[in-house]
Amino acid sequence: MRNLMLVLGLTLMLAACAGAETPTTAPGATATPAAPRVVTLMSHDSFAVSEQVIAEFEAQYNAKVAFLPAGDAGAALNQAILSAGNPMADVFFGVDNTFLGRALQADIFEPYASPELAHIPDALELDPQHRLLPVDYGDVCLNYDKAWFEKAGVAPPSGLDDLTQPEYKGLLVVENPATSSPGLAFMLATIGHFGEDGWLDFWAALRDNDVLVTSGWEEAYWSESTWAGGGGRPLVVSYATSPAAEVYFSEGALDAPPTSNVLGPGACFRQIEFVGILAGTENRDLAERLIDFMLGQRFQEDIPLQMFVFPANEQADLPDFYRWAEQPTEPAEVDAARIQSQRETWVQQWTETVLR
Amino acid sequence: MISPGGTRRSLARVARMALYALPLAFLAVFLFYPLLSILGVSLAPQGRLDLSALGELVRNGYYRRTIWFTTWQAVLSTALTLALGLPGAYVFARYAFPGKQLLRALTTIPFVLPTVVVASAFRALLGPQGRLNLALMETLGLERPPLNLQHTLAIILIAHVFYNYTVVLRLVSGFWANLDPRLEEAGAVLGAGRWRLFREVTLPLLTPAVAAAALLVFVFCFTSFGVVLLLGGPRFATVEVEIYYQTVSFLNLPMAAALSLVQILFTTVLIWLYTRLQARTTVPLNLRPRSMTTRPAQGWRARLMVAFNVGLIVLMLALPLLALVERSLATADGYSLAYYRELSVNRRGSVLFVPPLEAVRNSVSFALVTVALALTLGTLAAQILASQGNARARAKGGAAILVRGLRALLDPIFMLPLGVSAVTLGLGYIVALDTPPLNLRTSAWLTPLAHTLVALPFVVRTLLPALRGMNPRWREAAAVLGAPPWRVWLEVDLVIIGRAMLVAAAFAFTVSMGEFGATSLIARPDRPTMPVAISRFLSQPGALNQGQALAMSALLMGVCMVAFMAIERLRVGEIGEF
Repeated sequence: MRNLMLVLGLTLMLAACAGAETPTTAPGATATPAAPRVVTLMSHDSFAVSEQVIAEFEAQYNAKVAFLPAGDAGAALNQAILSAGNPMADVFFGVDNTFLGRALQADIFEPYASPELAHIPDALELDPQHRLLPVDYGDVCLNYDKAWFEKAGVAPPSGLDDLTQPEYKGLLVVENPATSSPGLAFMLATIGHFGEDGWLDFWAALRDNDVLVTSGWEEAYWSESTWAGGGGRPLVVSYATSPAAEVYFSEGALDAPPTSNVLGPGACFRQIEFVGILAGTENRDLAERLIDFMLGQRFQEDIPLQMFVFPANEQADLPDFYRWAEQPTEPAEVDAARIQSQRETWVQQWTETVLR
Repeated sequence: MISPGGTRRSLARVARMALYALPLAFLAVFLFYPLLSILGVSLAPQGRLDLSALGELVRNGYYRRTIWFTTWQAVLSTALTLALGLPGAYVFARYAFPGKQLLRALTTIPFVLPTVVVASAFRALLGPQGRLNLALMETLGLERPPLNLQHTLAIILIAHVFYNYTVVLRLVSGFWANLDPRLEEAGAVLGAGRWRLFREVTLPLLTPAVAAAALLVFVFCFTSFGVVLLLGGPRFATVEVEIYYQTVSFLNLPMAAALSLVQILFTTVLIWLYTRLQARTTVPLNLRPRSMTTRPAQGWRARLMVAFNVGLIVLMLALPLLALVERSLATADGYSLAYYRELSVNRRGSVLFVPPLEAVRNSVSFALVTVALALTLGTLAAQILASQGNARARAKGGAAILVRGLRALLDPIFMLPLGVSAVTLGLGYIVALDTPPLNLRTSAWLTPLAHTLVALPFVVRTLLPALRGMNPRWREAAAVLGAPPWRVWLEVDLVIIGRAMLVAAAFAFTVSMGEFGATSLIARPDRPTMPVAISRFLSQPGALNQGQALAMSALLMGVCMVAFMAIERLRVGEIGEF
């Protein structure tokens, strides 16, 4: 019996090592003339794309795209930074403008000036050296329950300043900026709107007005909102496209969204997501083609339905249900370099003001 | 001195040593090497050791308060779980009653459910608009919900009991069922009362199993992450939650490493204390098959006891689970299977779509690999630990002293996977396992290997009380009758620990099916498990996504129920009787 266990144990250990020696998804897999070359795309868990669209890329370049989802945006970037020089993938998608400074500082991306950048507005290009190229953008805004406000006979807030008024007491749920990406974006919106001198006063007033803080978006949206969670809060920090998604995922029951956005000046924060070639890749040429493809019209038109954000490429058309996806005319502005240097301080100040 | 027999004996010893080295080698490669690598990268980024983060941790009142809170909430959670779990363990050990297997399988279900799903089930029952509050408001004619548990310590404690009840129930009742009832009967004949019998006979004999369960529950609550983050809300933070903040949000690796070290230190000291305690409390026993120890509940006292514990399980564990199933069936047009059907529709043609059967297959195959690995390594590890007090193992010479010294450390070492931060270890894999032949960073093997690491302490803890309690004379008798060592193991050890092995298998299976924390933070090729699929549904708005997440959760519960019932029924000869 012991011998049996020894054999079993050794077999499993060997199998584990064998599995390591033949990684199907590792970068730099050597190419034989007939077999497609593998290009690996590392991303956060929210990345999605249509099978059909990726199949077109694979057919055109005799390639196979391997996907490597690596946790949320912060966790994925951390892994890319820790594997600097010996990357786990060829291309990394999902650095947003709040992490841009950190990613560039770590020096893990190779510059690539894709010709597709010609169709992308300059306002979205935050790295002049083209180490990180904009793919999509989306706004973090306040969603409100249309029916709830109508029934209560209260006008929905028109901007951030309204939220501290008594009629909105106990109505708002926000996410903790230390654990949630929309939470961080909303905090940045308040910094952009009220300035670095005034934003903490706003949060102190919001705290007095009984704001609820959750750890993540899922909890706020699924448990606390009046429309999706059976909770008691008709105002939730979410995405500007969430109302459109409500219609799309309503089993055909809705022809108009149950929610709308608070779009006043400075009430939303625009998240821009970037893609880049990981330094040290052995598939630089194929990585370039993949980036061109991701910035090109075909992939860009697939973005709205798959990831519920807006394509960066101006040539891309939007799907029909995006008529429900509103966009703020004046999102809050906060400099990416300033975010990088102040991020931890701001989150700590926020925590002191709102939670302690 | 050298004789053919001696050579064979020394060969056998070498073989045994090699076998025992396996679990240690596993821990060295998949726990210590990655852990030391990431701690090195974090605390000595330029090759120079910089311990200023540790100093900051000691100076800053916030971190001290975090460590203090982490400790006392774990103490409280453990005490509460024991208080509710021990009566349950008694009932399950001593009485036969209808639906027993089903109930036991049910108690294990919480273990596999992602925290975000459990949080929503709790809120559906206990939240401001939850069933309980609405019912109370109606019966008592109240204007406002009387229970406000959201983001309180109470809900953290309730959730910890919800998750860990099964650990106490399974570990303690598994051992209790094989205790010889004649010991108690002898006490009763001598005139001892019920309470005195329990205090002076049963409890001392049970101590090893109770202590093992308490240790597991404590370490689990000490490193609690999802429950504190989601149900406790942002005002509560354990050390593990703080490590997550520092790593993912601030990319502050030195502070994360310092906090990880504190967590490891606390766990190690605790396990060392436990080891000292249990070495003194374990006595060899004549364990009995359970057919000799269980009986139907007769008399009002026994019936009441069974009814109370069954009621508790239904109220505390079954209701939240049923609430989940109910919500997965509730669509806009009344009850239907619409969300279940939708699971297999790739509406948006996404390349990352997971058909439900594939998610089930991925989860179950990872779980089976985990069971095989964890049982093999765990049995070997438990044998090493159990042989500590064994006279035969006491050899002479300097090497033997070294071996004994190492052995004192072994027990904490095999528990350590539970005390190590999943966030830290995940990053350790990235740093350490990056060169062939160990380039596992993007391998599908990483998931079951990580699961095995988490399952190993459960397996070891489950097997040890049975192994240590075994009367060594049985082995000696078999050896005297001429059985070679492998046959002694097969026909004595295996029969006695067979039952514990089944319990351990159930734990390993469960850990793997439900584990999401560690694997959600490491890169993995696209072989999504059921918890991964659930979290994907929940990351986008819309009724359909929520419905599918609930349907997938119900499916996860179903798959696990079937697996547990199968394990419960598994009987190979006499194995499973003990």
